[in-house]
Amino acid sequence: MLREIALVAGKDLRIEWRSRVAIGQVAPFAVLVLVLFGFALDADTEALRTFTGGLFWITVLFAAVLAIQRSFALESADGNRDALRLSGLEPAAIFFGKAGALAVQMLVLEAVLGVGVAVLYGPHLDDGVLLVATAGVATIGVAAAGTLYGVLAAGLRVRETILPILLLPVLAPVLIGATRAFDDALGTVAVNGWNWLALLGLTALVYVAFGALAFGVLLEDA
Amino acid sequence: MSTAGVTSTSSRSTRVLGGLLVVGIVFHLLLSFVWSDADASQGDLVRILYIHVPLAWLMYLAFSVTAFGGLMYLWKRSVWWDLIAGASAEVGVVFCALALVTGAIWGRHTWGTYWEWTDVRIVTTLILLLLYVGYLAVRRIPAEPEQRSRRSAVVGIVGALNIPIVHFSVSWWADRTLHQKATVAIGDTKLEGLMLFSLFFGLVLFTGIYAWLMIHRFRIAWLEDQLDHHGLDTALAERRAEGSRGVARAVGMVGTGVDA
Repeated sequence: MLREIALVAGKDLRIEWRSRVAIGQVAPFAVLVLVLFGFALDADTEALRTFTGGLFWITVLFAAVLAIQRSFALESADGNRDALRLSGLEPAAIFFGKAGALAVQMLVLEAVLGVGVAVLYGPHLDDGVLLVATAGVATIGVAAAGTLYGVLAAGLRVRETILPILLLPVLAPVLIGATRAFDDALGTVAVNGWNWLALLGLTALVYVAFGALAFGVLLEDA
Repeated sequence: MSTAGVTSTSSRSTRVLGGLLVVGIVFHLLLSFVWSDADASQGDLVRILYIHVPLAWLMYLAFSVTAFGGLMYLWKRSVWWDLIAGASAEVGVVFCALALVTGAIWGRHTWGTYWEWTDVRIVTTLILLLLYVGYLAVRRIPAEPEQRSRRSAVVGIVGALNIPIVHFSVSWWADRTLHQKATVAIGDTKLEGLMLFSLFFGLVLFTGIYAWLMIHRFRIAWLEDQLDHHGLDTALAERRAEGSRGVARAVGMVGTGVDA
């Protein structure tokens, strides 16, 4: 199982490394969104600092939608999806592999965005451990839900439009939890970020468990 | 189930149920607007709750039926459960939207605003509406019936799994204004006597309306499904019959003795 997961994840990451779509297109788009938020909020440094957590995570979600579409666009070309089904790999292993590769790409993206936020919005860091832990756990949740809905939308003519309307309401709790935890880690709102992290962990667990169970059902219909 | 020659989705029992519901709606309107008294603290505004609360209650039932139908579909792989799930989601989305609208009207006069971010229920309900609008969008994507059923089953179940998570995170998120929340809760108003009966009657009535809508929507979906399944077979059989008649004619004209 672990070997199968590594195979699928390795394949996706290798393709990304060679094509550099996430780092060459999705990451610049995300940084652009950060700049646009600056314009939208009239470069109000105080407001940008206060809402850094929320702006960061909303940017991550938009970028994640693009990364998920990219991840499954790989499978819909040249009958790859049939090849994947014929490969004899466990559907759960494919799920974990694709979600893992997606999570790695998102973590890189979040690191880039983190630098962008630090430079552009100038937040103060209170609790670095909480910040990093939140990013990790929230990324697992986004990657799991995204992989489940990504395979559902893949290959559909309406894939670009159906994915956000399905995925973003499901990720609303992740956005709330990650933003609150960041608010604590950046010292902008006095809340207990670790409680939020626990809630995020629970949410991520539900998505990972259900995703692993349901992925096979959705992979069947190519 | 034979569907040949069906021209209507109504039957004697649905007509009886429909008639009872019409009488019930008139009775409910009289109860809500004429017979019951205005509330001591809310005044006439309390009357909207006789519609709003049943709508919200039935919405939860409808979405639960959708999730359960999806689960049963994945287990039994019977199209019956899939159609039940789809029909219930449609009714649920309508009820959910109406619950939000009636709630906003109520809120406009109680809180002075249509939307109150600190109220957990309305924020959760809006997310719920969007989740199931997405579900209906998935059902509308042209696909093989089985594909569509599988996809929508998963989306319906994820939606239901999300209800508690969304509710909990929103309530935690809104918690910083807990003091305000206590004053905006509907629970302040104690309903008694005829007012309580009006609310209870509303629940029964709307459950009946849900059932009536479900029966009709399900039957339409069932007929569509039958058309999808057998319509093509019937058309093929007809074309084949035409074709063989054509061949027979052609053979007859040439006059060779080959068997048609």
